[in-house]
Amino acid sequence: MTLLTTVFAAIISTVVWYKNLPGNEMRTGILCWMYWGASLMWFVDAVFEYLELGADYFTPELADMVNDFYLGLSVVALGLIIWLVRLLYLDPKGVLKEVLFKKK
Amino acid sequence: MGCFLVPAAEAIITTTATKIIKSKEKKDENVNITLSDGSVSEVSRLKFSDKLGWLNKMLAGGSVLLAFEHVWHGEVVPFFPFLTAVETGETSEMLAEMGSAGVSMAVLVTAVWAGMVIVSNAIEKRAVTENKAEGAKA
Repeated sequence: MTLLTTVFAAIISTVVWYKNLPGNEMRTGILCWMYWGASLMWFVDAVFEYLELGADYFTPELADMVNDFYLGLSVVALGLIIWLVRLLYLDPKGVLKEVLFKKK
Repeated sequence: MGCFLVPAAEAIITTTATKIIKSKEKKDENVNITLSDGSVSEVSRLKFSDKLGWLNKMLAGGSVLLAFEHVWHGEVVPFFPFLTAVETGETSEMLAEMGSAGVSMAVLVTAVWAGMVIVSNAIEKRAVTENKAEGAKA
């Protein structure tokens, strides 16, 4: 469920990134890299788990599924926080600069 | 247990390599391409260090999110020795997992990045060839 949540986040962020090209002032590229990187890593994790559990891997307990989904959402939220902090720090539109420095 | 440490270590190595390569790279290579609106524009090719940056971001970003998952599951703690497996005497199991899952993660991410570099090179080559062909027609 964590893998699935992250893959959806990766697909959505890639679509948003592509739609904002060229220019991409919102710097959404970093979200794509983070979510795709994590998705690939969790995919490997899933393969190893499948090799261990077999078909049981696809029939998880409801409690485990809910917990994994909760973790997935938390991971997506963490990624968004990292992106937001980076965006405000880079300030590609120069908006924050204008807020911090008032004209005389 | 500690599988994310392998791609994280690779991220450190590739980030250092990117900085070294960037300092040694030649100046921008300019080419003419036809944009989607039909206009011809002079642009600079993406350098290898820029493409290596994609790998850095995938490895580092993915490792951060996986580290969070390990904190979630109690496998990483904010105090020494930071890894629960080391504290409970499961170091050999942890190293075995790093050697199998961790290395596989790093290899898969690197392989996907290599594929992206090949595709991007092909797209660049096609754009330049198309422009040359259109130039020859005119």
